Amino acid sequence: MNIHEYQAKEILSEYGVKIAEGGLAYSAVEAVQRAREIDGDVWVVKAQIHSGARGKAGGIKVCKTHSEVERAAEELLGKNLVTHQTGPAGKICSRLYIEAGTSIAKEMYLSFMIDRSSERVIMVGSAQGGMEIEKLAATNPEAIIKIYIEPAVGLQDFQARKMAFALNLDTSQLNHAVKTIKGCYRALRDLDANVLEINPLVLTTNNEIVALDAKMAFDENALFRRHKIAELRDNTQVDSREVAAAEAGLSYVGLEGDIGCMINGAGLAMATMDMIKLAGGEPANFLDVGGGASAERTEKAFRLVLADSGVKAMLVNIFAGINRCDWIAEGVVHAVKNIDMKIPLVVRLSGTNVEEGRRIIAESGLPIITADTLADAAEKVVRARNAVVAQEA
Amino acid sequence: MAILINENTRIIVQGFTGKIGTFHAQEMIDYGSNVVGGVTPGKGGQTHLGLPVFNTVKEAVDQAGAEASIVFVPPAFAADSIMEAADAGIKYCVSITDGIPTQDMMTVKNFLRRFAKEERMMLTGPNCAGTISPERAMLGIMPGHIYMRGNVGIVGRSGTLGYEAADEMRMLGIGISTSVGIGGDPIIGSSHRDVLERLEQDPETKVALMIGEIGGPQEVEAGKFAKENMTKPLIAYIAGLTAPEGRRMGHAGAIISSAGESAAEKVAILKELGVTICPTPSLMGQTVAEVLAKM
Repeated sequence: MNIHEYQAKEILSEYGVKIAEGGLAYSAVEAVQRAREIDGDVWVVKAQIHSGARGKAGGIKVCKTHSEVERAAEELLGKNLVTHQTGPAGKICSRLYIEAGTSIAKEMYLSFMIDRSSERVIMVGSAQGGMEIEKLAATNPEAIIKIYIEPAVGLQDFQARKMAFALNLDTSQLNHAVKTIKGCYRALRDLDANVLEINPLVLTTNNEIVALDAKMAFDENALFRRHKIAELRDNTQVDSREVAAAEAGLSYVGLEGDIGCMINGAGLAMATMDMIKLAGGEPANFLDVGGGASAERTEKAFRLVLADSGVKAMLVNIFAGINRCDWIAEGVVHAVKNIDMKIPLVVRLSGTNVEEGRRIIAESGLPIITADTLADAAEKVVRARNAVVAQEA
Repeated sequence: MAILINENTRIIVQGFTGKIGTFHAQEMIDYGSNVVGGVTPGKGGQTHLGLPVFNTVKEAVDQAGAEASIVFVPPAFAADSIMEAADAGIKYCVSITDGIPTQDMMTVKNFLRRFAKEERMMLTGPNCAGTISPERAMLGIMPGHIYMRGNVGIVGRSGTLGYEAADEMRMLGIGISTSVGIGGDPIIGSSHRDVLERLEQDPETKVALMIGEIGGPQEVEAGKFAKENMTKPLIAYIAGLTAPEGRRMGHAGAIISSAGESAAEKVAILKELGVTICPTPSLMGQTVAEVLAKM
């Protein structure tokens, strides 16, 4: 789960990381009020969306007067911002963070994440901040330092000092740097975050170390024990279909194609989507209905897939293990009747009680196309989709 | 032979008396697995499904000679159960539980590393369908009847995609020595490579099939291991050709987060390493048949 910059900064501040003075605004009037509360003559108006690279998308405005703050706020609020991380749909900006301008002497990069290979937390830093770490890794890998942290003992002072020196900080800044680095690590560990990234971490002209941006992502599986973090969820930043899916206990990812899919198991779902592509089609979604696919859940899954008006044909592929094909077949028949489905449906059932399942589909009298194998199912659904498109043309 | 489990392996169920534990324990018993009891703290001394219930895994090891365990404990407590099994001297543990926090798994792996390698419990999962040595023993939640006994070893992340492979092979009359589900989470007990090491040493296994997916470095590491250390042919399928970057596809681990993690990139690297690639998921059985025919 992702959170906003201002939320991550509030958290980090509690862990001893210095941040610039700032405040949250939901309107242009509030934005000006926040600016009035902050001393100085430069303010930064920052769009709060769950994405990096906001600057390039026009989501960060440096203002020299209160009326500039007002104009920037008016422009950004309600705006859909498209960055290379949001995808073409973009993300809506409904909150602004108004921050005091910072006089920067030097920009650095600092992040912590759980590394799958080493099964440890890895701390990554670079004296060259401000740019994307992926680009830096590609163009100048020597500029990046990585330090692995032993889970049993946690981040040690010598490791934090090693990072501080690698960031080219001098002795006068060392204590503050160690405090900042250790604070970040504790925030990640204490709160079950998967990723914490500060880009840039800056040295100000006053010789202070400040987190100018902050990004945190949390482990969904650990939210049951992180109630305060769970409350920070902002569903306006997530595809509404994914929100509806999560509420129904389904796993859904919207894609660009026009063949709707309902499959049990994430691996089989990916494999089925591959087959659709190889047969010449494009999947409209990834949808894993999981283990116990009841009639109610099946209907919810159907409604979710068909809510995408671009879907021209739908494929159901179930390999029943714990599930039983007859239960699934009953759920499918029930859903098709209840929803009054207008587009072609291909159903492939396999595994436990398959004969019974196929009989239920056949005897339903519904125009359901059945398939025996994965390849057969993919070809049939692509053919059905092509027929719909030809008819529309 | 087979690997990890056979008809003699003495199995216990952790989370034995719960609804899910009860259902799958019965399925495993019906399949012929040698289930010798289960653990539910506080219910020790009772009998469940005609078998003894123990308070601790240590009691189950001491009194029932338990060697392998399967964990159905809810996510908040699963890491603790896995570590209890390791501490009690269980040799092989399957964790079915889905939704264990990543940092808990980091703790589990760190705990396991404290044991000398020869004494360390092997863990597969979490978030997997388990392990089956067909016609001998099932330590999992898969539909046992689709697996036929034979010479192909399977290792895969996904449950249902593993069923698909077993089913395709059965249609072609090809059997399986052992099929191991390693799970779809970012941090898991054993890697593809760990299972391939075992399959390489198993006299019954002639070829190995690896069913991988997008995300993480594991499939490529397994390919490198196969090139350098395996005499048996390795066949692979990688799911997720259509997966976009940065979007999590169901499994917590199925997310392309850095270079080399997309399906196309993994396939290209594996080909280079001499691994035979299944071009589509519906050709997993066929590709295995072709490799077997050439031997």
